[in-house]
Amino acid sequence: MPDETQPDETQNPAPPEESSRREIFEKLGLACLACAGAGSLAFGYEFLSPNVLYEPSPITNAGKPDQYPVGSVTTNAEAGIYIIHGQEGFYALSATCTHLGCRTAWALELGLIACPCHGSRFNLIGVKVAGPAPSPLPWLKVSISDEGDLIVDRSTVVPPQQFLRT
Amino acid sequence: MARSFQSYLGDLRESRVWQSIFRSGSGPSNLHRSQAIQQNLFLHLFSVKSRRSSLAIGVTWYLGTLSFVTFLILISTGIPLMLYYHPSVPQAYADMKDLQFAVSAGLFLRNLHRWSAHAMVLLVFAHMFRVFYRGAYRPPREFNWVIGVMLLLVTLFLSYTGYLLPWDQLAFWAITVGSNIMSAVPLLGPKIRFLTLGGNTVNANALLRFYVLHCVILPLAGAMLVGIHFWRIRKDGGLYSGKSREESQPHD
Repeated sequence: MPDETQPDETQNPAPPEESSRREIFEKLGLACLACAGAGSLAFGYEFLSPNVLYEPSPITNAGKPDQYPVGSVTTNAEAGIYIIHGQEGFYALSATCTHLGCRTAWALELGLIACPCHGSRFNLIGVKVAGPAPSPLPWLKVSISDEGDLIVDRSTVVPPQQFLRT
Repeated sequence: MARSFQSYLGDLRESRVWQSIFRSGSGPSNLHRSQAIQQNLFLHLFSVKSRRSSLAIGVTWYLGTLSFVTFLILISTGIPLMLYYHPSVPQAYADMKDLQFAVSAGLFLRNLHRWSAHAMVLLVFAHMFRVFYRGAYRPPREFNWVIGVMLLLVTLFLSYTGYLLPWDQLAFWAITVGSNIMSAVPLLGPKIRFLTLGGNTVNANALLRFYVLHCVILPLAGAMLVGIHFWRIRKDGGLYSGKSREESQPHD
């Protein structure tokens, strides 16, 4: 800072340089702290995101197709899916409610899929007929393996009305 | 004639051991009394003097104190519970059942922990309403109100994280629903859910993360905020007396 007792600047220009050097070091220090902070955030975020998950595989082998009679709705509780053998062929619906993730259940007496948490209900093609669910139950990819087994892939959602004929 | 209890207490206070522990010494004068508060690590958070009128039950209903007492009960019951609880799948559920049926006094500790948790949420809300309707949040106490809101959030997060630990159906689905509510946050929602659960489903990672939050991070944050909350009562002029800033001067 300029000082009132300071001699004229032509003879002694040092003080302004001193203060600017200090400012540079301050900025350098702050920049280092900012880098360290940003680095810590990035490392922290990476650390908190697991790279390996020991979660069940999204691909389920549902066995031979002929064990599912036409018109049947089969719940696979482990995988959280319904395997439905309709008149047009096989399809699979996710059993996870699209509202807040509860597990729905096939209610035979109603002919509907019902969620116990907040009362959403879906018909057999996954369309919501009641309750707070914001979207229909997703249709999942169904295929036939080389061994002739039904394979359902929970990670792949397909557009509705895609039936698998065997 | 037998000596009175007070005189024994007086002797104790004069003893070398007592005086080595409590720096202020003892004495009946106001100076000694104020030193007893000022020179104690814990008590110095509080005001040296309080208005008698502000200590009447009808003024605060002691709701803040009661909230703090439930917090202390929760810490003193939670730590023993940790000795029999493994935060792993599916052991957690079995440990919870063991605490209820196999561990001596386990049922008592668990129930005390659970009921105190419910009571704490209730008392914290009641405290907040009492402060709000008396207008005690107004300047110079507005920042202490903010600290109070943070403490409310810590209380609610403690409740939420504790809810998963029994690892029963109620816990599992409540946390499934709660974590799906998190993912409704715009843009960041699914990421927040993933980081909170440590995965895509409520699973072993989620249980461990909730355990660490419940037993370490949130209680420490709560204790620190409680410290600031108490200290600010003193700094903001003591317990609210119902007077505005002009009428009551803040003191140190």
